[in-house]
Amino acid sequence: MSAVAVTWLAVLGASVGCYLLKLLGLSVPASLLAHPVVARTALLLPVALLSALVAVQVLGGAGALVVDARLPALGLAALLLWRGAPFLVVVVGAAALAAVLRLLG
Amino acid sequence: MDALAPDQRRAVLRQALGVGVATGAYGVSFGAVSVAAGLSVAQTCALSLLMFTGASQFALVGVLAAGGSPFAGAATAVLLGTRNAFYGVRMGALLGWRGARRAAAAHVLIDESTAVGLAHASSRPAARLGFAATGVSVLVLWNAATLAGALAGSALGDPRRLGLDAAVGAAFLALVWPQVRGRRALAVAAGAAALALALVPATPAGVPVLAAVGVAVLGGLLAPRGAAAPRGAAT
Repeated sequence: MSAVAVTWLAVLGASVGCYLLKLLGLSVPASLLAHPVVARTALLLPVALLSALVAVQVLGGAGALVVDARLPALGLAALLLWRGAPFLVVVVGAAALAAVLRLLG
Repeated sequence: MDALAPDQRRAVLRQALGVGVATGAYGVSFGAVSVAAGLSVAQTCALSLLMFTGASQFALVGVLAAGGSPFAGAATAVLLGTRNAFYGVRMGALLGWRGARRAAAAHVLIDESTAVGLAHASSRPAARLGFAATGVSVLVLWNAATLAGALAGSALGDPRRLGLDAAVGAAFLALVWPQVRGRRALAVAAGAAALALALVPATPAGVPVLAAVGVAVLGGLLAPRGAAAPRGAAT
């Protein structure tokens, strides 16, 4: 098989796999959530995953932790959220601070 | 969805569009990175259209760029995609969709649509609108940006220069913010972030975020005995 065909197979195969995982999750019967431990865990899962995503997005590098303009930008985002700023203000504010800090070098 | 007041509906749609713009813009960098990793423009666009889960897409092209095999890339992408299944367990009960609607909803079941849907968990119509509008908004803008990034390649410049990488972190923080209520949720959030950071230097891309599943399970198991299940509460 050519390299291009193998890459296509990986692209399409992984896409099908990712879709089936999404559908599987949505298809789990709601009665399963009746158990208190499962219910608590299901509520905590997005909290845990999103928090991990924040951490990796802000400090992650190629196989190492990297402190750069993303960290003060996240601090500004947290401050704005604490002050009750709207979503777009938080996101644009963080991006603008990171861009300015990088411009200043 | 017609149970929603017009101003509430507008607020949800504005939030969905905001998330779409913030996340979609980063699709430019995915398009550029993917082409740089050796994928064709068509393969790059197929990933954004069919896989449509950013972290998995970045993982696949990241493995290829680092010299890994296409199958290693695919395995990493699917492994990372398991978190969408966990989102689905939560969203399935909240959305209450069956058949074709569920099959369509599954395609846009991603971090952002889950987070916006959960932000309106107190009302099913609002949760459905937030989930679907965010999913479609991100789908359209992410794919348009991917195509632009793939065509322009690195000529468009480093998205980091515009602070777009910081915008993604800020967006995830804004999404998790309303969900972190109570000591247990705060402990889980801090624990998951700390564990992910500890794992970044030691594990392949994708594993640090997946490990957060363990922290959530621990948080669910360790909750005080006799406490009422916090179902529907934004804990």
